[in-house]
Amino acid sequence: MTDASFDTQTATGEAQFGDYVALLKPRVMSLVVFTAAVGLLAAPGGVHPFIAFFAVLCIAIGGGASGALNMWYDADIDRVMKRTASRPIPSGRVAPQEALAIGLTLSGFSVIMLGLATNWVAAALLAFTIFFYAVIYTMWLKRWTPQNIVIGGAAGAFPPMIGWAAVTGGVSVESVLMFALTFLWTPPHFWALALFMNADYEKAGVPMLTVTHGRKTTRRHILGYTVLLAVFAVAAAFTGIGGPVYLAVALVTNALFLRGAWIIANRDEGDARADKYRTEKRFFAFSLLYLFLHFGAILAEAALRPWGMGGW
Amino acid sequence: MTSFREPHELHKRRFGRNLGLGLVLAIFVSLVFGLTIVKVSQNPITVTPQAGTAEGN
Repeated sequence: MTDASFDTQTATGEAQFGDYVALLKPRVMSLVVFTAAVGLLAAPGGVHPFIAFFAVLCIAIGGGASGALNMWYDADIDRVMKRTASRPIPSGRVAPQEALAIGLTLSGFSVIMLGLATNWVAAALLAFTIFFYAVIYTMWLKRWTPQNIVIGGAAGAFPPMIGWAAVTGGVSVESVLMFALTFLWTPPHFWALALFMNADYEKAGVPMLTVTHGRKTTRRHILGYTVLLAVFAVAAAFTGIGGPVYLAVALVTNALFLRGAWIIANRDEGDARADKYRTEKRFFAFSLLYLFLHFGAILAEAALRPWGMGGW
Repeated sequence: MTSFREPHELHKRRFGRNLGLGLVLAIFVSLVFGLTIVKVSQNPITVTPQAGTAEGN
């Protein structure tokens, strides 16, 4: 290859190392790392700290790989939306084929390394998560149904289950409840965002519930999923991962989250526009704290256990 | 005979990402090494002496 051919390749803009990191969606990765680590630390038995670290790293890289595959496939949508237009592919810094290659390579690497470090149940769950996010969600559901984020949310809900499986080698009621917590949390979280970012999704032609069924229906859906979420979140308090600390956190945060969802469901669109979606924005911000506090409480119960205090 | 050429502008431009990739590879090697040490120390390899050899001694 000549120097001249290098120059033509980089004519669209030079990718720096940070652009490749951005392909892995580091912000989403931080949620994956946190929930996977909690799943792993709350699991009965425990593993060597180095293996625990290695397992969480593999899960994070697997999540990042599916992010790269998502960016490769969604480059056309990302180009249209203001929120995503500066991503590495639509901005021309990274070629789509490069993103595909990185996504596939890291997917294979993370699954095999997790299998070798822990067990093949955890590795299979990670492989399924990547497949679910990249194929089922990105390539199929996202552009087809307004329920896209409900089912797509499952991909983000798997990490604590994988962390749990890395220690126990299986799936249990506790890991399913941790899955349900993130799975049912995703719709109210994203629909609140869609309420005040509607124009972006509309422009890209993504069938968001706000676009296909209107804001009133979206508001009702937020309340419906928040009620379901509260049931599962409080139920988890009475399993092996729960305890008094978790129960207290779950009761307070779910009461506040339900209150927010109730206000959103009964809010007039005119009022929302008048105060620039202040309530929706606050609900969205609180949803982040909600998830952090639940997994933080599960971690606290696990941390208190060696001193005979965690759990019931 | 050709002499050493000036580093191409491309090499300067890509220094950052080459350095980053080098670091990632170094970290990967250290992680695999660490994993090997932990795995081997958790499940030590035990070599049982063969019957014939023991008798011979």
